Amino acid sequence: MAAALVMTLSGAGAQGAHTPPPQVVKFQKQEKLVEAKAPPLTEGIFPCTQCHNEKVNGKLNTARRELQFHDDIQSEFHHDSENRWCLDCHDAKNRDVLHLTSGAAVTFTESYKLCGQCHGDKYRDWKRGVHGKRIGHWSGEKTYFLCVNCHNPHSPKFKPIKPLPPPTRPSEMKR
Amino acid sequence: MNPMNSSNNSGGCGSEAVDPGRRDVLKFLAVGAAMASGAACDLEGFFRKSFRELSPADVRRMVTGWERKYSRKYGKTVTVSETGPMAGVKFGYGLDLSRCVGCRRCVYACVEENNQSRKEPQIQWIRVLEMDKVHGIDLNHSDIYYDAAEVPRPGKFYMPIQCQQCDDPPCVKTCPVGATWKEKDGIVVIDYDWCIGCRCCMSACPYGARHFNWAEPSLPAEEMNPKTHVLGNRPRPKGVVEKCTFCIQRTREGMYPACVEICPVGARKFGNLLDPESEIRQAMDTKRVFVLKEELATHPSFFYFYAT
Ligand code: SF4
Ligand code: SF4
Repeated sequence: MAAALVMTLSGAGAQGAHTPPPQVVKFQKQEKLVEAKAPPLTEGIFPCTQCHNEKVNGKLNTARRELQFHDDIQSEFHHDSENRWCLDCHDAKNRDVLHLTSGAAVTFTESYKLCGQCHGDKYRDWKRGVHGKRIGHWSGEKTYFLCVNCHNPHSPKFKPIKPLPPPTRPSEMKR
Repeated sequence: MNPMNSSNNSGGCGSEAVDPGRRDVLKFLAVGAAMASGAACDLEGFFRKSFRELSPADVRRMVTGWERKYSRKYGKTVTVSETGPMAGVKFGYGLDLSRCVGCRRCVYACVEENNQSRKEPQIQWIRVLEMDKVHGIDLNHSDIYYDAAEVPRPGKFYMPIQCQQCDDPPCVKTCPVGATWKEKDGIVVIDYDWCIGCRCCMSACPYGARHFNWAEPSLPAEEMNPKTHVLGNRPRPKGVVEKCTFCIQRTREGMYPACVEICPVGARKFGNLLDPESEIRQAMDTKRVFVLKEELATHPSFFYFYAT
């Protein structure tokens, strides 16, 4: 997980073909805020509608159940798993997008809007730059990380990591 | 007169008080030694005025000399910037104790960025303290040598400490030769050519933030960061004190410090305290904030906070 954490933080690797160019938004003041690239989805998996369509899958089944495919994600799923499952965030009718509780569609690159529905305090702090991480210029253009750059949306709690080595004790140093 | 007291008035921002005694005494005592040790190339540095008495042209000339010297020594193009403070900027730093996991990524990012001696002596400007949750912040029972397969460890929390860039810095007050002072943007800097290595500042600093080059610093050429600042991460000689400068070579160019950028949990915040929209001000205005050892009235520019 240490590796995964570092990987997701280091700019999230290659950009998937579905990812629109980074958005530049201006909020608060005259600073340019650049969105970090969302981490890539599993290779070859997007668009989801390749498989999730009636021709391949038959009739839409929205019942909560053990999955045959995506069982890897289901097994690591640890995000209020008692009460929630795939279709609470992924849109049943159009699997290429997510949806808010209102039903409004949200693209994968704007998933923070979805996160913000439940984690309103974090969302508010994140917009202020208090939660999360920004890199670049304190006085100018900066890149801000999205929720999913640091947190695995299916298992958002940070996993423990190996610390770098402790300092040398004075007694261990050469005189 | 006690030199510790005689320079008490040099604490203010941009104060010009520079003790002239250093040159008279040391010139006399050490010229022979400097010559005998073959340090001929450093003689100009040795006889120059204190940094704050130099004209911009003098500084540029000096800096160009260093660029040439360092480039030769490390086999790459080394730049030495002398960028001054920006108008309307007072730097502040925030550290979210509810986030830090004690991974020490910041420690090593700092060592690499700021050309600290790697070993013998090993110098690290950031110390991460491990403490017990049940005891709260208790410096006497903290551990900087913790090692573990994984952090955070159960029942523990972590508190990184580095120079707090105090507004009333005891280190500056105590320096008998005026080799360290506070700049207008709040950064406390050291003139490595003026420091006599007496280490008064180290004993005066309540945060253990200052470190001494007991031997010639070890800095492998391939690891040397060639983007340097004259009052920051340029290579240090043996026998001088050094400390965190908020990455002066980066932050005076508008960039975040290296520790802010490396932290995997986003615990570190940096910005202009005079800008109410800055991240540091947003944290201070909306979270529970404290400074370390407030009772000593050092007035740090470094703020610890709890975001949750
Ligand atoms: S890098 Fe961040 S989380 Fe790790 S020790 Fe430093 S401040 Fe704490
Ligand atoms: S933390 Fe120590 S070294 Fe830094 S300004 Fe304060 S007294 Fe000086």
